[in-house]
Formats: sequence, C-alpha cells, structure tokens
Amino acid sequence: MSRKVLVLGEARDGSLRNVSFEAIAAAKTIAEGGEVVGVLVGKAVSALGAELVHYGADRVVVVEDEKLTQYTSDGFAQALLAVIDQEKPAGLVLGHTSLGKDLSPRIAGRLSSGLISDATAVEVAGGNIVFTRPIYSGKAFEKKIVTDGLIFATVRPNNITPLAKEESKTGEVSSLSVEIKDLRAVIKEVVRKATEGVDLSEAKVVISGGRGVKSEEGFAPLKELAQVLGGAVGASRGACDADYCDYSLQIGQTGKVVTPDLYIACGISGAIQHLAGMSNSKVIVAINKDPEANIFKVADYGIVGDLFEVVPLLTEEFKKLKVHS
Amino acid sequence: MNIYVLMKRTFDTEEKIVLNGGKINEDGAEFIINPYDEYAIEEALQVRDANGGEVTVISVGNEETEKQLRTALAMGADKAVLINTEDDVENGDQFTTAKILAEYLKNKEADLILGGNVAIDGATGQVGPRVAELLNIPYVTTITKLEIDGTNVTVTRDVEGDSEVIATSLPLLVTAQQGLNEPRYPSLPGIMKAKKKPLDELELDDLDLEEDDVEAKTKTIEIYLPPKKEAGRVLTGDLNDQVKELVHLLHTEAKVI
Ligand SMILES: Cc1cc2nc3c(=O)[nH]c(=O)nc-3n(C[C@H](O)[C@H](O)[C@H](O)COP(=O)(O)OP(=O)(O)OC[C@H]3O[C@@H](n4cnc5c(N)ncnc54)[C@H](O)[C@@H]3O)c2cc1C
Ligand SMILES: Cc1cc2nc3c(=O)[nH]c(=O)nc-3n(C[C@H](O)[C@H](O)[C@H](O)COP(=O)(O)OP(=O)(O)OC[C@H]3O[C@@H](n4cnc5c(N)ncnc54)[C@H](O)[C@@H]3O)c2cc1C
Repeated sequence: MSRKVLVLGEARDGSLRNVSFEAIAAAKTIAEGGEVVGVLVGKAVSALGAELVHYGADRVVVVEDEKLTQYTSDGFAQALLAVIDQEKPAGLVLGHTSLGKDLSPRIAGRLSSGLISDATAVEVAGGNIVFTRPIYSGKAFEKKIVTDGLIFATVRPNNITPLAKEESKTGEVSSLSVEIKDLRAVIKEVVRKATEGVDLSEAKVVISGGRGVKSEEGFAPLKELAQVLGGAVGASRGACDADYCDYSLQIGQTGKVVTPDLYIACGISGAIQHLAGMSNSKVIVAINKDPEANIFKVADYGIVGDLFEVVPLLTEEFKKLKVHS
Repeated sequence: MNIYVLMKRTFDTEEKIVLNGGKINEDGAEFIINPYDEYAIEEALQVRDANGGEVTVISVGNEETEKQLRTALAMGADKAVLINTEDDVENGDQFTTAKILAEYLKNKEADLILGGNVAIDGATGQVGPRVAELLNIPYVTTITKLEIDGTNVTVTRDVEGDSEVIATSLPLLVTAQQGLNEPRYPSLPGIMKAKKKPLDELELDDLDLEEDDVEAKTKTIEIYLPPKKEAGRVLTGDLNDQVKELVHLLHTEAKVI
C-alpha cells in the first residue's frame, strides 16, 4: 500500500546533513511507491530544497521565518505541525540527531502517535514497515512496528544508505507561511566548539583517543592519521574529562553515536558507555598497551602496544598505500 | 518549590543480556536507577536546597521499583510515588509511560520536572518531551546547567558537544545530561531516614485511567542479540610487521580503506 511520507531536512552551517538524505531513503521504503515530501524549516532554507529532490524527495515544502533562524522546539514544532496539517502524511522521518531527538517526541505526543527512535534499518516485511533499533547500549536489537498514528521514526546517522544523487531530477519547492508565536524557550547564546573538518557522526573513518593519549598534544598523531584517511577525530569520556580534548569529540552513550566503516580506538579501555557509541561500526581496530583491555573484545583487529609508536607507523603505512593505489 | 523527578529502574549498565523465549531475561540481573536520572535527582535536591520546597520522585514500574525509589529517598528526596502497572498493562511503550506520568502530574502544580535525557535500556529519550507536551509546558533536553531566579530559568543545553544557553520560565521540564552535576551517594543516616519517608503506591485506577487509555502505539515483534562477533585478531610479531599486516588486512580483507 503506497503512502505519503514527510522527511524533515536538517541543515547545519547552511548545508544539509547527510542524515537527511538517509532519512529520504528510509522514507522511500516506508512510502512503498507513494510520495516522499521533504520539509525544510528555517530562516532562509528554500535554496536547499533542490538537493532534497536530487536525493529522492518528490517535492519540498518550506517554512521560513525570522523566528526559525535557530532551532527551538516550540518554533520548529509549530512549523512542522503546520506542514503535517497541510499534507496529511501517513509517515514521518527525522534524523536521530540532537534536533530530531528533541523534536520528534513532542510531535508524537501532540499527534498521539507511535514513534520509533534511533532506527538503524527499515524494511517492508509481512505487510508491515519494520524498524530495527539497538537497545541496552547496543547489547541487543529490537524490531518494531508502529500500530497507531503516523509511521514515525528517527534514523541513526550513517546506517541507512542514501539513494544515488540525481542532479537532473526536479521537483516543486513550495512555501507554507506559518505564524510562529509564543516561543517559551529562547536561545540566548550558542557556544560552538571544535568540530572542524568532517562531521563526526557522518565520518566514514573515525580515529579515537582515550585517556591513554595522556595530553592535548597526545592527540597530534591521531589527527595526522585522521587527515591521511580523510576521517574525523573522536574521543572517550576519559580523554574529555582529563581536558585532552573538547567534549564535542566525545563518543558514547552521553556523546555522539558513530557508525563509520573504520573505527580506530587508541588508548581507550572499552567501557560499555563508550561501546554504546561505536560498537555498530563496520570494522573496529584497537590499539592498547593492555592486552586485557575490554576494547579487544569488540575489535576486529588489535595491536597490543604503545599508541605513540603504533599510530605514527600506521600513518606512514597508509601514506604508502595511498601513493600505490 | 514543587519539584518532581521522573525515575526509571533499569538494568545495570554492566549487566550481560540474555534472551529467554524471545524476551530479555531479568532473572538474577542487577537493577539500578537509570544513571541519567541520578543527575536529575541530584539537581532536584540542589534546587530544593537553594529555593525551598519538596522533591517527589515518581516511577512507573512494578513492586521491584520500590528499591530504587528508596535509594532516591536515601539520597534526600522527600517523597516517592510508585505507579504500579504490573496487574493492569501487559504491553506498553513510551506513549504508555508518558501518558501515565502526565495523568499523575496534571493537577500537581509542579514548578519543575526533571528526568534523564535517555534511559540506558530502552534508549529512546521520548518520555520527557512527551510528558511536557501532554502537560503543555516547555521543556529543554540534555541540560548541563540549570539556574533558577524566581520564575526565570537559564539553562545550558548540550547539542552534540556545542552548548546553547536558553532562557525560559517555570513551570518547566528538563532532561539531564552527564556533566550536570556529581550525584551524591546515599549516606547511612540518609538510608535510615528513607525507611520512614512516604512511598505511595498507585495503580491505573487511582489515576482514572483504563488500560485502553494507555495502550501502546508501537509493538515489538522481535528481540535479538547481535550476531556473535568472531574473536578479533590480535596481531603478533615485530611491531613494524604488525602495522604492515594491519594496513594490508584493512585494505584487502576488510576492504574499508
Ligand atoms: C552515565 C555515564 C555515561 C558515560 N558516557 C560515556 C560516553 O558517552 N563515552 C565514553 O567514552 N565514556 C562514557 N562514560 C565513562 C566510561 O565509563 C569510562 O570511564 C570511559 O569511557 C573511560 O575512558 P578511557 O577508556 O579513555 O579511559 P581508561 O578506562 O582509563 O582507559 C585508558 C586505556 O588506555 C590504555 N593506555 C594507556 N596508555 C597507553 C598507551 N601509551 N598506548 C596504548 N594504550 C594506552 C590503558 O591500557 C587503558 O586501557 C560514562 C560513564 C557514565 C557513568
Ligand atoms: C505498563 C508498561 C508496559 C510496558 N511493556 C513493555 C513491553 O512489553 N515491552 C517493552 O519493550 N517495553 C515495555 N515497557 C517499557 C517502555 O516501552 C519503555 O521502556 C519506557 O516507557 C521508557 O522508554 P525508554 O526506555 O525509551 O526511556 P526514555 O524515554 O529514554 O527515558 C527518558 C527518561 O524518561 C523518564 N522515564 C522513562 N521511563 C520511566 C518510567 N517508567 N517511570 C518514570 N520515568 C521514566 C526517565 O527520567 C528517563 O531518564 C512498558 C512500560 C510500561 C509502563
């Protein structure tokens, strides 16, 4: 049965996040041939509409307002609910990002709908739209369906493959005017931290450092390796608490959840809260001087040794590989 | 101030997960207060101590949940409420829990409601915002700082490592992120006192709710454990050779580079 599905596109620093394209792919599955409508909410975001179409949306509805310059749950909820009211979709997909986590339960609450959060896969099975999601810090998985309300889900970044980009695809980008009022919580200040380079939650390669890195300078060899591999640098809570790096690099239950193709953990013991943020990675490499470290239990490959010796050697070896291929 | 904390009893973080008849086996497992709810409780106590008032910790659960509620009382909460659904509801989800909590809270005139940003077992992070929406009060999620001045509130919120400073007002619901505070341990006198503090137990009936009112809107059709990973390969030999081998394996076997 085909159905109409909405996808909220999420912009960061003026461009769409990858997870929005992944959400479109999920929406396509849910729609079963029905229409997929992108939604953009912000101050001046309509220019991004075309890209949502290139990644598979059939058309896009834009809500623009000065009061939507920054995300607030009140402002964005009003905008998204107005689009839902106009479009009357049967499904809705958001990224499981800070924004998606904050906004989706509110929309579900308002519409008295089921909501499946943090889905890592979606499929049509036995006449149902079935979502897979990790539970118990990734120690188990559950398959769930929505039984009442919208087929509503948030999708974990880097897990669902986006559709191939078709630059020639066109679709209508229309705007809906919504009166945004009564913002009960307003942002006074945003303190942006590090996050230079590749967005950690979308990176294909993540090089992560823990307390074993020992100092802020200790991250230098990791950064170099990340650069050679076109990856991002991450960290454990231990490294963040010790002030070796900023909390914006933290991976785990409290920090970011990452699912790269390659995760290299350097000087990280492998506490369950850390594993919760990375155990879904395709390939995990552990570098730790303690052969008993828990991280080796989840690693595909391990080197027992001093990271300050191993990491620079790895960087050299990858450089050679790049030259050869 | 009238302060409420939403608390979930969860599996201990370190607990191994075993399936039994397609369900998570709870026999013999250790249970704890959801770690993020400990931050919520601690913050509630600090707000009360600075502003006066009372802290009530509420949990939707079963008889066993009494233990974690007693721990919250031992930390210093004034009252605890257990909404025991064991006999009434078989299958619930985040809607169920939020609906029950909101129904309990709706005429309590709460000034501040605190919860965890996520439960470490179910891990949806839905319950807090759903409760706020049902009560029609503002909410701020994943907070790392809370300052209250009369009815004005300034909150710092963690947004994927960046932080936002938000101005809002009471009544308000917030969800706690790690970094908000250092939760205290219950003291021995605290534990003694907790035994005499009020712990009310309610059922759906007491909230004028029928089973239908709280029927889940999602359904779990399968629970499974991730495929057992083959033991990883710990490389051996000369370090230079190990590094060469690793790069080779990543390139040709794992094909990720
Ligand atoms: C509610 C809660 C939430 C949490 N959330 C998170 C989270 O989101 N993310 C997270 O990471 N943690 C989280 N934690 C903390 C977690 O429990 C661990 O304390 C933390 O992950 C440990 O960090 P670490 O592995 O860097 O440090 P350690 O456990 O101290 O490990 C350091 C490792 O480095 C190795 N080492 C030392 N020197 C070298 C060297 N020269 N070369 C190679 N190896 C070396 C050691 O052998 C050791 O294994 C949370 C905790 C709680 C209670
Ligand atoms: C009657 C009933 C039957 C259920 N049956 C099933 C079932 O059959 N299968 C199944 O998988 N799950 C069942 N559940 C559990 C339910 O699906 C969720 O685990 C629960 O509602 C919380 O969702 P979460 O774990 O995602 O928490 P999150 O939304 O991640 O929790 C965030 C915060 O909300 C608050 N919170 C969450 N849960 C509670 C609570 N119980 N009491 C007080 N505060 C809370 C805490 O502050 C917590 O930190 C049932 C729950 C109830 C109430």
